[in-house]
Amino acid sequence: MSHRFRVLRAVLGLIVGLGLAHAVLADDGSRAPQVPLLPAYQQECAACHVAYPPGMLPAASWQRVMGNLSHHYGTDASLDPAAAKAISAWLSANAGTYKRVREEPPEDRITRSAWFVRKHDEVPAAAWKRPVVKSASNCAACHAQADQGDFNERNVRIPR
Amino acid sequence: MNPSNIIRFVAATLIATLATVAHSATPAELLAGFSAQAGAAPSPDRGQQLFTTRQGREWSCASCHGVVPTQTGKHATTGKPIGAMAPAFNPERFTDAAKTEKWFRRNCNDVVGRECSAAEKADVLSWLLTLKP
Repeated sequence: MSHRFRVLRAVLGLIVGLGLAHAVLADDGSRAPQVPLLPAYQQECAACHVAYPPGMLPAASWQRVMGNLSHHYGTDASLDPAAAKAISAWLSANAGTYKRVREEPPEDRITRSAWFVRKHDEVPAAAWKRPVVKSASNCAACHAQADQGDFNERNVRIPR
Repeated sequence: MNPSNIIRFVAATLIATLATVAHSATPAELLAGFSAQAGAAPSPDRGQQLFTTRQGREWSCASCHGVVPTQTGKHATTGKPIGAMAPAFNPERFTDAAKTEKWFRRNCNDVVGRECSAAEKADVLSWLLTLKP
């Protein structure tokens, strides 16, 4: 193999590799890098809903959510100040920063993000209303591994 | 490990253990505490009434926990499963005073629009303790 060919192959490999990394990381929140969940986040937040990956909202949205836990989407989710502070810092540190998640969605709802709406546009309206689904916030109704942060399309089963 | 580190380690372990001991409780102890605060005997019937009926707002306790909370309930908005509330069916329930207070505070706010009184907490817990397999 000539030296020139090897260099060319290395450069091509690098370009393809970077392109893939970009597709995986920069697309949207559903491909957000998985970070190990803070135990307090798991314990406090995932008692009522799936532990939404922190990368699915920008830091400004998380700050607003954490600053008003006593009025949390219709329920009182207030925490003691120490727990709230720790969770808030962790969410900010791991918040979404890549292009489509940088936008703060209406009402700071993941489900109102443009990328979320687009990703779910093929889900029939009736499916959302099924009693086992009920709400777009119920990720685990279709994403069986949502509690492990896995939102891969291959593992989606829309209940009939 | 040098001696000062060992002392620090032992102290930290002791504090952690004490903190756990301070929090852990039995449902009967928590009930006794609420009753003593209320200064009256609890009523399981009143507890059931409070738990299963709406208090002028959208949700009752039963909306998420079920009318007979001996089975897994379901969050009224998110659909997330919620473990049974009756201690005989879920040994984790009412074994941590701080956790118990946190959930009463939040959920009474959602259901009743204010915090529950010690008497109301005693009533609900006394009813939950009547539910047996």
